[in-house]
Amino acid sequence: MSILRAEAVSRCFGAFPALRGIDLEVGLGQRLGIVGESGAGKTTLIKLLAGLDQPDSGQVWFDQKIVSGRPERDLGFLRSSLQIVFQDPRSSLNPRMRVGSIITEPLRSKRVRRELNDIDQRQRLGEVLKMVDLPADSADRYPHEFSGGQRQRIAIARALAPKPQVLIADEPVSSLDVSVRAQVINLLADLVEREGLTLLFVSHDLMVVRHLCDSVIVMRAGEIVERGQSAEVFEHPQTDYTKALWAAVPRIRV
Amino acid sequence: MRKAQLNIGLVLVGLVILAGVLSLLWTPYDPIRVTSNRLLPPGWPHLLGTDGMGIDIASRLLIGARYCLIVGVISVGVAAVVGVPLGMLAGMRGGWLDELTMRVADIVYAFPALLLAMLLAAAFGASTGTAMAAIGIATIPAFARIARAGTLQVVASDFVLAAKAAGTSRWGIAARHVFPNIAPLVGVQASVGFAMAILAEAALSYLGLGTPRPTPTWGAMLRDAQDVWYTQPVQALWPGLSIALAVLGFNLLGDGMRDVLDPRLREVK
Repeated sequence: MSILRAEAVSRCFGAFPALRGIDLEVGLGQRLGIVGESGAGKTTLIKLLAGLDQPDSGQVWFDQKIVSGRPERDLGFLRSSLQIVFQDPRSSLNPRMRVGSIITEPLRSKRVRRELNDIDQRQRLGEVLKMVDLPADSADRYPHEFSGGQRQRIAIARALAPKPQVLIADEPVSSLDVSVRAQVINLLADLVEREGLTLLFVSHDLMVVRHLCDSVIVMRAGEIVERGQSAEVFEHPQTDYTKALWAAVPRIRV
Repeated sequence: MRKAQLNIGLVLVGLVILAGVLSLLWTPYDPIRVTSNRLLPPGWPHLLGTDGMGIDIASRLLIGARYCLIVGVISVGVAAVVGVPLGMLAGMRGGWLDELTMRVADIVYAFPALLLAMLLAAAFGASTGTAMAAIGIATIPAFARIARAGTLQVVASDFVLAAKAAGTSRWGIAARHVFPNIAPLVGVQASVGFAMAILAEAALSYLGLGTPRPTPTWGAMLRDAQDVWYTQPVQALWPGLSIALAVLGFNLLGDGMRDVLDPRLREVK
């Protein structure tokens, strides 16, 4: 059963077609990797799926409810069950808010609270901080007091706070030091496993996608050029583009 | 160096505030009552001398500081309270509303504040109130523009996108994300606007469009000094110096705050 569905979705920025007629279905519990070069439309696609932007044509559905074209006040069901981790925690965390209010922000919206069965904010804050391995006293501090990896954990904690079904991660480690990437990736993998999340994982890093995702779509110039099980796509790429992407992965020759 | 700028600004502004507060409690002599000790040079007991009506100049300067602060606070306050929400609204909504707000701001900006003050004075009579209203209205566009520019920058950031994804309403985004992040910009503008308000108030009083006699304001004192310019040029020095130092103080304070509050500079340190 599909939880997230896009039908013939197109989006233009001025004269530039960022997405051209994308069809996509994501099943409950699926872990979908989205790969492609910069400018392929990956971020535009997830913004549409998350109801943060409107398609010029086509429709987006979440859990059999239409998302595209709906006013924000009717999107509480989406906001409570689909959350995003952005690329760079330096810009995705408000520098003038304490970590505690950042993380509980999704729990304070009236629209979202209507969908949740009255989560206790304090208690949930403690739970998610523990889930992402941050000390309990982090709540009273500001984002700039944390390292890049820790800040991304804060962003992950915020995304988990409303107990979402779907987690979208938009290149969540590409702004981090190489030394902490593996930790954050492993944390995400654990959380997805433990919480039974549906994951959409956007990345340049094909090795990570192969490790983390059961299926993958390859995007180029606003279109999906290849899709399938990740093992299948990576071992027997059908298009030259996927072959080229795969060939571009740096390997150590033995 | 940057720190020194801020400190000098703080000292000068502190002096003006001190003088203004002091004038509420005490002045060396009666600042209004005419005496026969006319045009005394600086000395004892009249430290800065007396003016053409035999009133102690130091006392008048203290009262002048109070009026310059009142005019500054109220006109800048009015301009910020009206301008900042307008700028935030324009920046957050965009489209025709943004276009309309900014064009109206351009028109007000292009309209000389002095002319506005003359119109208001003609309609309602010259008073501290009309001077404050004219300065306030003329300063609204500066606040609206700076608020809009800051808002556009904040609205484009990922944390606002994250707030939308968290279901936060427009009001919540404006109050929790946009305003706290543009507040430093507004503070800097307020300090610079304060300096402009002092200068404008002095100009209006000088022209007789501001606070009416016998209340001593720095601008009015400058006008009185003009009558004895050839015989007693030092009379013009005191109000002139006060205006210059107060304006300098608020400008330095504004510049210094900008440097201290700029997060990009802070990150480097």
